[in-house]
Amino acid sequence: MTRAPFDIGQYRAAGGYASVEKMLKTMAPGDVLDLVKNSGLKGRGGAGFPTGLKWSFVPMGENAPKTKYLVVNADEMEPGTFKDRLLMEGDPHLLLEGMMIAAYTIQANTAYIFLRGEYLRAEKLLKNAIAEAHSKGLLGRNIQGSGFDLEIILHTSAGRYICGEETALLNALEGKRANPRAKPPFPQVSGLWGKPTIVNNVETLCNLPGIVNYGIEWYKGLGLGADAGTKLCGVSGRVKNPGCWELPLGTPIRELLEDKAGGMCDGYELRAFLPGGGSTDFLLPQHLDLTLDYDVIGKAGSRLATGTMIVLDDQTCPVGMVGNLMKFFSHESCGWCTPCRDGLPWIDEIFQRFEKGGGLESDMQVLTDHLEYLGPGRTFCALAPGAMAPLGSALRHFRDDFHDHIHGGGCPWQR
Amino acid sequence: MAKITVDGIIYEVNPQNNLLQECLSHGLDLPYFCWHPCMGSVGACRQCAVKQYRNADDKTGVVVMSCMTPASDGAIISIEDPQAVKMRSNVIESLMISHPHDCPVCEEGGECHLQDMTQMSGHNYRRYDFKKVTHRNQNLGPFINHEMNRCIACYRCVRYYDDYAGGTDLAALGSHHHVYFGRQEEGTLENEFSGNLVEVCPTGVFTDKTFSEHYTRKWDLQTAPSICTGCGAGCNTTPGERYGTLRRIVNRYHHDLNGYFLCDRGRFGYGYNSSDRRITEASIVSVHDDEKGVRKTLTTHDAQRQFDAMTAGDVVGIGSPRASLESNLALRARVGVKNFYAGFSAEQQQCSQAVIAINREQGLHCPDIRTLEQADCVLVVNEDLTNTSPRFALALRQAVRNRASQLAADARIPLWQDAAVRELAQNELSPLFILSPQGTRLDDVATDTFLGTTASQIGLLGEIAAAIAGSGSGLAQQIATALLNAKHPSIVSGISAGSVELIQATANVARALRQRRPDLAAVDICFALPEDNTMGLALLMEEGGGTLEQALQRLASGNADAAIVLENDLTLRATPDAIDAAISGTPTLVVIDQIHNAFNVRARLLLPCTSFAEQNGTLVNYEGRAQSSHQVFPADAALRPGYEWLTPIDPLSSALTTSETILYHSAQTLPAFAGAEKLLPARTGIAALMKSPRQSHRYSGRTAMSANLNVHEKKQTTDRESAMSFSMEGLPLQKDASLLSAAWAPAWNSNQAISKFQDEINGELKQGCKGAHLLQRSLPPQSPVSVSTNNTSNVYFIDHIFGGDELSAMAPAIAARSVGAYLCVGEAEAKRLGLQQHGRAQISSGSYSAELPVLIRQRIAPGAIGIYCGGEINRHAFANGVSISAVAEDGNVLARSHQMFDELVINDSVNHRAMGRG
Repeated sequence: MTRAPFDIGQYRAAGGYASVEKMLKTMAPGDVLDLVKNSGLKGRGGAGFPTGLKWSFVPMGENAPKTKYLVVNADEMEPGTFKDRLLMEGDPHLLLEGMMIAAYTIQANTAYIFLRGEYLRAEKLLKNAIAEAHSKGLLGRNIQGSGFDLEIILHTSAGRYICGEETALLNALEGKRANPRAKPPFPQVSGLWGKPTIVNNVETLCNLPGIVNYGIEWYKGLGLGADAGTKLCGVSGRVKNPGCWELPLGTPIRELLEDKAGGMCDGYELRAFLPGGGSTDFLLPQHLDLTLDYDVIGKAGSRLATGTMIVLDDQTCPVGMVGNLMKFFSHESCGWCTPCRDGLPWIDEIFQRFEKGGGLESDMQVLTDHLEYLGPGRTFCALAPGAMAPLGSALRHFRDDFHDHIHGGGCPWQR
Repeated sequence: MAKITVDGIIYEVNPQNNLLQECLSHGLDLPYFCWHPCMGSVGACRQCAVKQYRNADDKTGVVVMSCMTPASDGAIISIEDPQAVKMRSNVIESLMISHPHDCPVCEEGGECHLQDMTQMSGHNYRRYDFKKVTHRNQNLGPFINHEMNRCIACYRCVRYYDDYAGGTDLAALGSHHHVYFGRQEEGTLENEFSGNLVEVCPTGVFTDKTFSEHYTRKWDLQTAPSICTGCGAGCNTTPGERYGTLRRIVNRYHHDLNGYFLCDRGRFGYGYNSSDRRITEASIVSVHDDEKGVRKTLTTHDAQRQFDAMTAGDVVGIGSPRASLESNLALRARVGVKNFYAGFSAEQQQCSQAVIAINREQGLHCPDIRTLEQADCVLVVNEDLTNTSPRFALALRQAVRNRASQLAADARIPLWQDAAVRELAQNELSPLFILSPQGTRLDDVATDTFLGTTASQIGLLGEIAAAIAGSGSGLAQQIATALLNAKHPSIVSGISAGSVELIQATANVARALRQRRPDLAAVDICFALPEDNTMGLALLMEEGGGTLEQALQRLASGNADAAIVLENDLTLRATPDAIDAAISGTPTLVVIDQIHNAFNVRARLLLPCTSFAEQNGTLVNYEGRAQSSHQVFPADAALRPGYEWLTPIDPLSSALTTSETILYHSAQTLPAFAGAEKLLPARTGIAALMKSPRQSHRYSGRTAMSANLNVHEKKQTTDRESAMSFSMEGLPLQKDASLLSAAWAPAWNSNQAISKFQDEINGELKQGCKGAHLLQRSLPPQSPVSVSTNNTSNVYFIDHIFGGDELSAMAPAIAARSVGAYLCVGEAEAKRLGLQQHGRAQISSGSYSAELPVLIRQRIAPGAIGIYCGGEINRHAFANGVSISAVAEDGNVLARSHQMFDELVINDSVNHRAMGRG
């Protein structure tokens, strides 16, 4: 993004915070909840869970706990993902506006932004935006005479990938070890400091002002396929124009890769790609005509997840690429559950051996065993199953490359 | 009740529990690590995976963690499903990748849960062929070894130490596969319950350092069910012996009392048994002119003859609160009731009597420790429980969490979801109010700690009772309201202050509560007692006999030919002048004891007696619960139980010859002990013909044990007293816990085998003996009685868990954690007296004086003077008030006492504890 982010004056002049004014004047929390439920908005953090449904689990009404929290997951650490950064650096007030809508809906009076520690520019801009919003009476007590109070607190992470897992994030925010929590109970019932809490991704919240301003039909109409709205999609790897674009959900992948990202760099062929960040399964060139829809990508055996594609070209070692991811996931395991803590380092060791030479055929069996052992439901959280996605698909698609490493005395690309 | 199906078999279960707990309750073998019966589930280790099916038509199922899945009605699971089996073998395989496999040199070997679970999960061959992760170990002090390389990261240690026991200096550090369980920096683990780490750790990371000094495999230890001698709580223990010396103590599960955990005094205090201060032979001080005053050794035979000759006339017998009931009874029988005197101080006797009366009062109830854990509002009066009756303190740490249980129930979070319950409740604790002269180690979980002298505590108690009755304000009203609103209020105190007034004022609160709370069947109130048989002796004194004061006066005035003092250091029980006068008035002083002390060195005839581990005996705890403590191993021939010296065994006579017959006889003849015969093991059926073995079926080397001395195989000692034998043979203990010392079951070699003996997880022991309650609610309800505060002094005596108890103080490991006598004052008092932190002060009272290092504390009652006697100071000399003056400063002394106070673990600031993993 080349222009400087709007300050609050510019932002309001461009229609910013109109949704908040409309909401506070004309809508009850239940109205907003219905609106968001019916809009079809799905969480943009990776899991794609319907946002309105998530919110509906928060206890409301007279007997509900008085203290509730909204927490923004801005700990963007998924390999290959840089979409939330773009939003926060480009339009910090949009996030605050979305947060106000979410907080009002669940009647939370305190909201936290859990920001990736390395996002220094976003930190500075958000701090400034929060102060501006305060000075204009958009935050604080009795916002615009509505009786609704909201404080937003910016917290910068000390830096672990696992903090992106919403319950580990909550533990980290409380000053505890960033271990995930068992679910149930879900954060909606017992979240931050044991109080009902909603954790939403930055991009999810940034969808809200539009929904409130323009309504359900408008929002649904943005999508080209089954899913509503738009999605920030990124491409990294050896493409001519790596970057991030807002596209309607349902856009063909080919359009993202070839039109927006300009296609592969000269002399490189597309070998495969991870469609939604480091913890998704590889898709192949044959999948380029699939559309960017949660279900479509799911049926192809991968996940749209963060929507940020990592491209593997034909001159990069796929084993090395997966090995790099395994090292990352192994190092980022919190150490709580056995399969993840002790399984990933073993996988990492095997990939290092593949690289250096000395890999064994029996290593392949160990890797295959770990696919199930570290799979969904077997581990405490989704970190290890996420790591198994690129590994499992790599074992399917790149069998020959593994064979070459084992029987050729190391990585053929480095010989 | 709900029903679940496990591998095709239907079981009745409690749907409030999780699947793992229910499977174990039904005796199924399902491996686990991070789950613990009283710490619930956290789902970390993934070892207990099973297959769960949605319904009878579901043939695919999903693998779930049984510890994290409720035992809902209709649940269908399989332990034997191949995918579940594979999952469990994968888990154990990865847990073992960095494990050193050093079982042959590991002290956990043979009782290692990791060994058992590895076997059970079927992991045999190593596939991992990379470098193992290794760690540096820490010196964690005199109690605990640290060998982090063995760690499998089950997180049980920190869950126990931090979450359960309230420790603050052990943490999970680092992350991923480098996660490390230790202290932020090397040093002694401070928590008073650190020893349980040895049993909580499923492998050999935390092991018993005192055991290492003379290590023996579990299966080679001779064991018997025993009772802890550290205080009057009556915790059940299993001491283990090899080659004639006591090697260690571990917890013995008792449903109502200690559950799974002991305090560190109880676990590590056994070392006095092998102390060089142990009395190992009989001796007599010669009166012959040529060798006058020389102490000469006697053979047992000669000693007995001398003893009988010396005590033929008019003899005074002084009993002991740390001797068994049998020894006290035998002394009483020998000297006659009119010559039998209590072995505790006058104030202790009055206080114990007051406690007994309260324990008999209708409308009140003396809670066992498990019941204390269930209290949802607790008032602690004066007693520094962590230091006097530590297991109570651990129970109260659980009691304050009942608020969390309530919140969880409201939020429909099952209680076994340990992390979730803690997360939900955060710092919300059930009310705990503490009245104390100084800050205590429970203050971090207390709603409020009132710092006051005995007099001001009595005053506040009066206000609380009045507030309960209807008129109050301030703190008294706050406490009253909390007690009135609680479902299970409980009042806990003790006799440390030596003040009957304080005891009555405490009971008045319970009485007031009883009047306002007719909904309660009874109001829970209990008093911690200092010694293992304080209650037993107090009960015996109800059957006649005089006070110690009377005995000392009688001896001082020369009205006895001899005195027999049983297992008692009388210098701890009366003023030096009174003791000196009594000794000089006694022609012949005979002392029976285990350890040389300041009193028994002055005995003419000194007879060595067995320790708790070398004798059978009955001890009565604070509730009035009589429990049998069994002999673990045959003592050296020179040592005899006290009762045996007092009642020589005559093989031809049937009366009063063994501990069992003494107990049986007293149960028949003394009303106070009616019902005690219930303790005697049933001698019917097969049990009439066979004894239970003290040695495991894997006990090794029996025939070679003493071959270095004599190649002839020694006949095994015959136990003619009890239902147990010094042998590997006899009635197996499987499924019968009445004489269970070391739990073992096929495939379960660790202490986790206890589940095979419980009727359900955390339940009663099958056919176990819980003791015999000697106190009945025979007295009518009392109205609050009036209490005066006239006799109270501003001096209070400090207790310390390490060194505060006469016997365990002699254990080297305990001594390493002990401090010497000191004086404790507040800042204002120090300023007034010109005292300097860690400097020295002279205290004096009448003709007595002493010089003590000074500890200036933030948290101490205004005007209060604390004295820690530390085995150096006679408390009776200074009980009625002291005058204090500063002693000129000396750099060296200051440095020494500074070092000493470094060892002291006290809470001198209130940092309210953040619950949950920090």
